[in-house]
Amino acid sequence: MINYLGRYLLSFAAILLIQILVLNNLNLGGYVNPWLYVLFLLILPVEMPGWLLLIIGFFTGLLMDLFLNTIGMHTAATVFLCFLRPSLLRIFAPRDGYEPGSLPTRAHFGLAWFMKYASLAVVAHHLFLFFTEAFGFSKPGATLSKTLLSSAATLAVILLAQLFSSQQKRI
Amino acid sequence: MRNFIRFLLRYHLFFLFLFLETISFYLLVNYNHHHRQTFLNSSGRFAAGVLQISSTFSDYFSLKRANEELSRENAFLRSQLPSPEQFEADRPFGPGQTPATLNYLFRPASVINNSVNKHHNYLTINRGESHGIEAGMGVISARGLVGVVRHTSKGYATVISLLNTQLKISAKLRETNHFGSLEWDARSYQHVLLNEIPAHAPVAVGDAVVTSGFSAIFPENILIGTIEDFELNQGEGFYVIRVKLSIDFKNLTHVEVVEKIDREEINELEKLTEND
Repeated sequence: MINYLGRYLLSFAAILLIQILVLNNLNLGGYVNPWLYVLFLLILPVEMPGWLLLIIGFFTGLLMDLFLNTIGMHTAATVFLCFLRPSLLRIFAPRDGYEPGSLPTRAHFGLAWFMKYASLAVVAHHLFLFFTEAFGFSKPGATLSKTLLSSAATLAVILLAQLFSSQQKRI
Repeated sequence: MRNFIRFLLRYHLFFLFLFLETISFYLLVNYNHHHRQTFLNSSGRFAAGVLQISSTFSDYFSLKRANEELSRENAFLRSQLPSPEQFEADRPFGPGQTPATLNYLFRPASVINNSVNKHHNYLTINRGESHGIEAGMGVISARGLVGVVRHTSKGYATVISLLNTQLKISAKLRETNHFGSLEWDARSYQHVLLNEIPAHAPVAVGDAVVTSGFSAIFPENILIGTIEDFELNQGEGFYVIRVKLSIDFKNLTHVEVVEKIDREEINELEKLTEND
């Protein structure tokens, strides 16, 4: 468990640094911004209790907001994602359930499985995020297109990150 | 009651979710201007209280810009102002003739980096070559002398602070015009030393020390500080004067860069003399 903690802290710091120092300055085509930090919430252990997941999600989002000066926006979206995650994992569960100690990553379940799981999670997160940002449903078309474009960008970056991470059954 | 607790326990995740989302949206509405306005437009109940807070904050944000504008205007006015000597000198010359006395141009700049705790302190300002700043120009602020431009890049310049043991500046007593050389002893960021004031000069605590105007860097009579303490060096017949700086180097945001307009002409002339 301690080992896990260290690894997760390390990957948390790495993902956050890449997000803040690189991706937040990218600004593709004016408003497409990949949100790599979602990856951290996706790869937390399957057995993690729901309340802990929600609290980790809350503080991850808050930290992002502090750097982006959007207090509350990413927090709301990450809490939503963390609330949704157990249900998502249930949808994609293997026939005889998850083995104890498994992580929802490419190394454990394969690339196809991971991308399906990640796509659904990222789209849900981004939908919530961008509708919160617009604060209403007045321009649903613009918000939806922004959601889809940003989701594609986020998924591309997440795919890259997973390809670069270790193939072994660790994080 | 037991049923209620069982209900809470069963849906504890959902309640935690609702609780955290409530906090998020509370933060969102309270700390983000755009969202607050939308919220106010749609509900309008919090109008008085929230708008009050909002304007308090936005006033503070515009303070910075207001400050900068004032500093720019100040610099402009100062460059319009003829010095007393020039005023006198203008009279014998007809209109359209260049006065013999010096004319200075002032450009405003913001300090983006500063230190007071080293031996060689430098400042960085946000104006550079593209704004006409060159090495060797003087830097002052509304409250007194700051330093001399050392290096320039396209958009920035570094300034040798008065609090740098490498910088020597020609200064004089405002009352009597006795001049000496000013340097920092690296002890306190509020004090510098004025040397070479002759022993027969009347020196009193509280007298003002200003720039002499002998160097081409600074105009005459820019305030440096006031005399706090002095002692006579018997062997050499000079005073060593401790000057309390009028400027607070720890709290320096806006400065002005001084350019002597005829500097190139003077430099060329001096070069001619050197070549002879």
